[in-house]
Amino acid sequence: MGTTLDIKIKRANKVYHAGEMLSGVVVISGKDSVQHQGLSLTVEGTVNLQLSAKSVGVFEAFYNSVKPIQVINSTIEMVKPGKFPGGKTEIPFEFPLHVKSNKVLYETYHGVFVNIQYTLRCDMRRSLLAKDLTKTCEFIVHSTPQKGKWTPSPVDFTITPDTLQNVKERALLPKFLIRGHLNSTNCVITQPLTGELVVESSEAAIKSIELQLVRVETCGCAEGYARDATEIQNIQIADGDVCRGLSIPIYMVFPRLFTCPTLETTNFKVGRVPWSPCPSFTAVPGCCAQGLAHSRCSVHSCSHWRPGGPTFSAKH
Amino acid sequence: MDFQEGHSRNRNYKAEFASCRLEAVPLEFGDYHPLKPITVTESKTKKVSRKGSTSSTSSSSSSSVVDPLSSVLDGTDPLSMFAASADPATLAAAMDSSRKKRDRDDNSIVGSDFEPWASKRGEILARYTTTEKLSINLFMGSEKGKAGTATSAMSEKVRTRLEELDDFEEGSQKELLNLTQQDYVNRIEELNQSLKDAWASDQKVKALKIVIQCSKLLSDTSVIQFYPSKFVLITDILDTFGKLVYERIFSMCVDNRSVLPDHFSPENVNDTAKETCLNWFFKIASIRELIPRFYVEASILKCNKFLSKTGISECLPRLTCMVRGIGDPLVSVYARAYLCRVGMEVAPHLKESLNKNFFDFLLTFKQIHGDTVQNQLVLQGVELPSYLPLYSPAMDWVFQCVSYHAPEALLTEMMERCKKLGNNALLLNSVMSAFRAEFIATRSMDFIGMIKECDESGFPKHLLFRSLGLNLALADPPESDRLQILNEAWKVITKLKNPQDYINCAEVWVEYTCRHFTKREVNTVLADVIKHMTPDRAFEDSYPQLQSIIKKVIAHFHDFSVLFSVEKFLPFLDMFQKESVRVEVCKCIMEVFIKHQQEPTKDPVILNALLHVCKTMHDSVNALTLEDEKRMLAYLINGFIKMVSFGRDFEQQLSFYVEARSMFCNLEPVLVQLIHSVNRLAMETRKVMKGNHSRKTAAFVRACVAYCFITIPSLVGIFTRLNLYLHSGQVALANQCLSQADAFFKAAISLVPEVPKMINIDGKMRPSESFLLEFLCNFFSTLLIVPDHPEHGVLFLVRELLNVVQDYTWEENSDEKIRIYTCVLHLLSAMSQETYLYHVDKVDSNDSLYGGDSKFLAENNKLCETVMAQILEHLKTLAKDEALKRQSSLGLSFFNSILAHGDLRNNRLNQLSVNLWHLAQRHGCVDTRTMVKTLEYIKKQSKQPDMGHLTELALRLPLQTRT
Repeated sequence: MGTTLDIKIKRANKVYHAGEMLSGVVVISGKDSVQHQGLSLTVEGTVNLQLSAKSVGVFEAFYNSVKPIQVINSTIEMVKPGKFPGGKTEIPFEFPLHVKSNKVLYETYHGVFVNIQYTLRCDMRRSLLAKDLTKTCEFIVHSTPQKGKWTPSPVDFTITPDTLQNVKERALLPKFLIRGHLNSTNCVITQPLTGELVVESSEAAIKSIELQLVRVETCGCAEGYARDATEIQNIQIADGDVCRGLSIPIYMVFPRLFTCPTLETTNFKVGRVPWSPCPSFTAVPGCCAQGLAHSRCSVHSCSHWRPGGPTFSAKH
Repeated sequence: MDFQEGHSRNRNYKAEFASCRLEAVPLEFGDYHPLKPITVTESKTKKVSRKGSTSSTSSSSSSSVVDPLSSVLDGTDPLSMFAASADPATLAAAMDSSRKKRDRDDNSIVGSDFEPWASKRGEILARYTTTEKLSINLFMGSEKGKAGTATSAMSEKVRTRLEELDDFEEGSQKELLNLTQQDYVNRIEELNQSLKDAWASDQKVKALKIVIQCSKLLSDTSVIQFYPSKFVLITDILDTFGKLVYERIFSMCVDNRSVLPDHFSPENVNDTAKETCLNWFFKIASIRELIPRFYVEASILKCNKFLSKTGISECLPRLTCMVRGIGDPLVSVYARAYLCRVGMEVAPHLKESLNKNFFDFLLTFKQIHGDTVQNQLVLQGVELPSYLPLYSPAMDWVFQCVSYHAPEALLTEMMERCKKLGNNALLLNSVMSAFRAEFIATRSMDFIGMIKECDESGFPKHLLFRSLGLNLALADPPESDRLQILNEAWKVITKLKNPQDYINCAEVWVEYTCRHFTKREVNTVLADVIKHMTPDRAFEDSYPQLQSIIKKVIAHFHDFSVLFSVEKFLPFLDMFQKESVRVEVCKCIMEVFIKHQQEPTKDPVILNALLHVCKTMHDSVNALTLEDEKRMLAYLINGFIKMVSFGRDFEQQLSFYVEARSMFCNLEPVLVQLIHSVNRLAMETRKVMKGNHSRKTAAFVRACVAYCFITIPSLVGIFTRLNLYLHSGQVALANQCLSQADAFFKAAISLVPEVPKMINIDGKMRPSESFLLEFLCNFFSTLLIVPDHPEHGVLFLVRELLNVVQDYTWEENSDEKIRIYTCVLHLLSAMSQETYLYHVDKVDSNDSLYGGDSKFLAENNKLCETVMAQILEHLKTLAKDEALKRQSSLGLSFFNSILAHGDLRNNRLNQLSVNLWHLAQRHGCVDTRTMVKTLEYIKKQSKQPDMGHLTELALRLPLQTRT
């Protein structure tokens, strides 16, 4: 093994807020001393937009006409050309997370069409004979918590066959009544979504009740905006024919990396359309395949069951 | 050279003894003495009971002789403590004491009176089994190349390779169908192993996947009879996982040189550990399915300690609510059981969520009778009475957790709530198995009433009575109700048609009957059991239960005369017709007999019954019986034989031994014991007659001797035989049976050549020489007092034995033969004395027979000469390099013998001793200090009267200095 390069960020969770000091050490370790042409450190933050094939067509999606937006990009020279002694060398660094006035440090976010990522790259340039050494390491940016007071906005809901949308033959649906409430329709992203749900009655045996978290990403480009809703996660909150009249908790932890507070910029938007508890039924108990197929269908029919239904705006 | 005077010096044994004896010190009783038994004081007993177990330290109080070993163990032996706490009779008391303790230390820790999950585990696995085929649906195959049975065109090798590829590819689904229960268990064990492997090889994600897949199996209720066992198997894996995660995070905190204490607070946990811990929780929170998400999160509940102080107390109620989402009532109650189990382990003080689990369960109770469940049962072809007991393990556990240290009010409330629900037999059963036994026992009559009211179709009633019986075995109901309870319960039990149901119930109630009633009631119960179990040989299927009944009965009736007067006891024993079981039962009976019988007995009832029992045990011995088993049986039979005594009726006693011999001829240790017993009997007789046998007693004693003489040859062990011959010969001699004694000694002599070089001791082959040496020394010293037979020559036996020793093939390079010859020299010296060192009362030894006759002495001296010549011959052969050390030490020991026993005024002997002294020192192999000591001894001896000649000798013995 020759020389190895490593970056160690001081915070274990690698989470930083705008304006903070990103600090850590670059570790160079190797048996022998190593000659180099300089060591540099780069911080890079980009927003990648990928157009959905659905909205703009296959070709455009393939060409990826939207250019990545650079949020931050700066390099510092850590060490002048010279020589590192054998053994382990640690070079500490600090990077203030400031951006130019017209830019905002968006939160790290990994979506389908929108990707916001921050990386720290360390390059060691070496002479022609030896290969340059590079090490990249992702760090996470969270926006600073808002100061304003958060007021919960609870909401009650009822689901019956009549409230379902996208249903072709309403007559075929079994009768059911589900009531429930959410503790708040706007949530703090670090806190779980909570609520309760009661199956008051259901003609058919319930197979499963699931909670779907959907995000909406909107990408803007020359041709207009592309809006896409995709599922982030799907959590089962009831399995099997649950007891009638007994409240079942609704509880979901937001997957931090794949969600971010609702965000709107000129070029792209990320928001979440809400959850949808989807009861699924089986006409014949124990007949799995049919039941599943049915449940898929009801997921879609439920997801828009109330136009403009409780949209979530999350804030810190 | 003076042969007439002899080589041996004359000894005055009395004077020598007096001069050598240690000064006698009057012994003060009550002083410390190392061998004195250690008496266990009361304080120690108390300490034990305070620990939560009232181990019966009866050995200290009841028996006067205390075995120091057992008494040392008594207070602190952890094994007996466990045994004691498992003993149902003491459990109640233990619970009592620990409840008091709870008042003090605020029940923050689960005490030892809380029956742990581990003890339930095996029971569940044994009880809930199935013969139906099972299937495992896994996404990651754990086995390689086994599954495929399809005949494909591909070569076997290619196919296996492809399958392996499949295995490694994540998400390759594999459904294993048609597994037998054992296969299923093995497969899960494999998964457990691969979980550990994955963890060890740092594949944390794979480990998590395995755990998720496993817990997913718990949502599958096909083959519902197996579900409880499945739960046990899979939660084992979850426990392993929980432990691994906890330990991993814990070890991350240890990094910075300081080890976390057991009760750490979250502030002491470093960021990396916290981050890892959070990651686990986030990962688990995103598991799609409810049941795996629930189980996996519950399994790492303990890790909340790393994050915040209140973590667990926030998590538990949330998880409790989460269970509400599980539709299937069986799956949900097991989920609750798991949650309670983890909760009790991690945070036993959080009672609220336990209670909430209980009340939530009651809310969903009606689901059991709902359509969904009924449809499922019809589909699987399972009847309700066999479905409902599947709930019991989980319900029992939840109930037990809730009722543990719960105030009376809560228990009453729980009971009332249970009563209100329809078809509450299932609940009632769990209440009885989980609540404190005293709580149940005091309300037994109420419970009997409730049981009677229960719906017959649902939960089987015999199970309810069984649970009630179990409680009554632990705690006593009020005095006044006792008989009525028994009557009421037995009225129902006796009506049970199915022998299995019946015996399961009866087994439990026997304990109650034995505890509170006399032999009359026990007899009735036994009779009833016999009546139920005999038709169609039903007993064949219920040996374990019948065995347990016997155990319970004998545990309560220590007096065997009472026990055997229970008329139905022996007929009951006759039900054990399978030999192995029969022997087991016999062993139990004998163990209890040996343990509790204090006095020797001659009660014909006991003797008859126990002889029968012992005979059964003995007859089970065959060529395949293990050594250990034989030893055990022999120990038990010996214990019985030792306990039989007909007092002064010695003839009866002997005839008993004769009978016993004919019965137990296959067990060597028993025969040995019988021989010893008979010898003891002969000596007893002698003692009674004060040494003067009448004609009658002499005949009796001869009968005893004859018994031994004909019994010994049937033994196998050569040294057993030799020692018994010698021993019995001594007994015969003591009883003035001279010719018989001669016969014994001759038999022993003729046996010596048969001694093999190696003998088997405890399964290992060892050289026999040291044993032979020991035996021969013992033998020779006995021969001192054996008078010569008038028809044979002088010292007939000694010569005979010497010939045997001479001809015996000794180990090469061994000096044992010479050592024996040295002993013979000592013997011959002792024989030439005027009065011998010891005598047998009323037997004239050679000293009085010959009265120091010169011819006898001459014979004796001739023998001495021969033996000495042999010794010297041997010393000569040792003049080789490698043997010099042996030569030196043998020479010295020979020198010492001459010094002690020879008359050194004899010139030849004197010269010989000087030569030996030189020989010992010649090659510098000898320890100089020994030589110095020896010389000092000679000088000291020379100061005594008649020993003046030693001064001269001392001058001739130079000390060699090493230069």
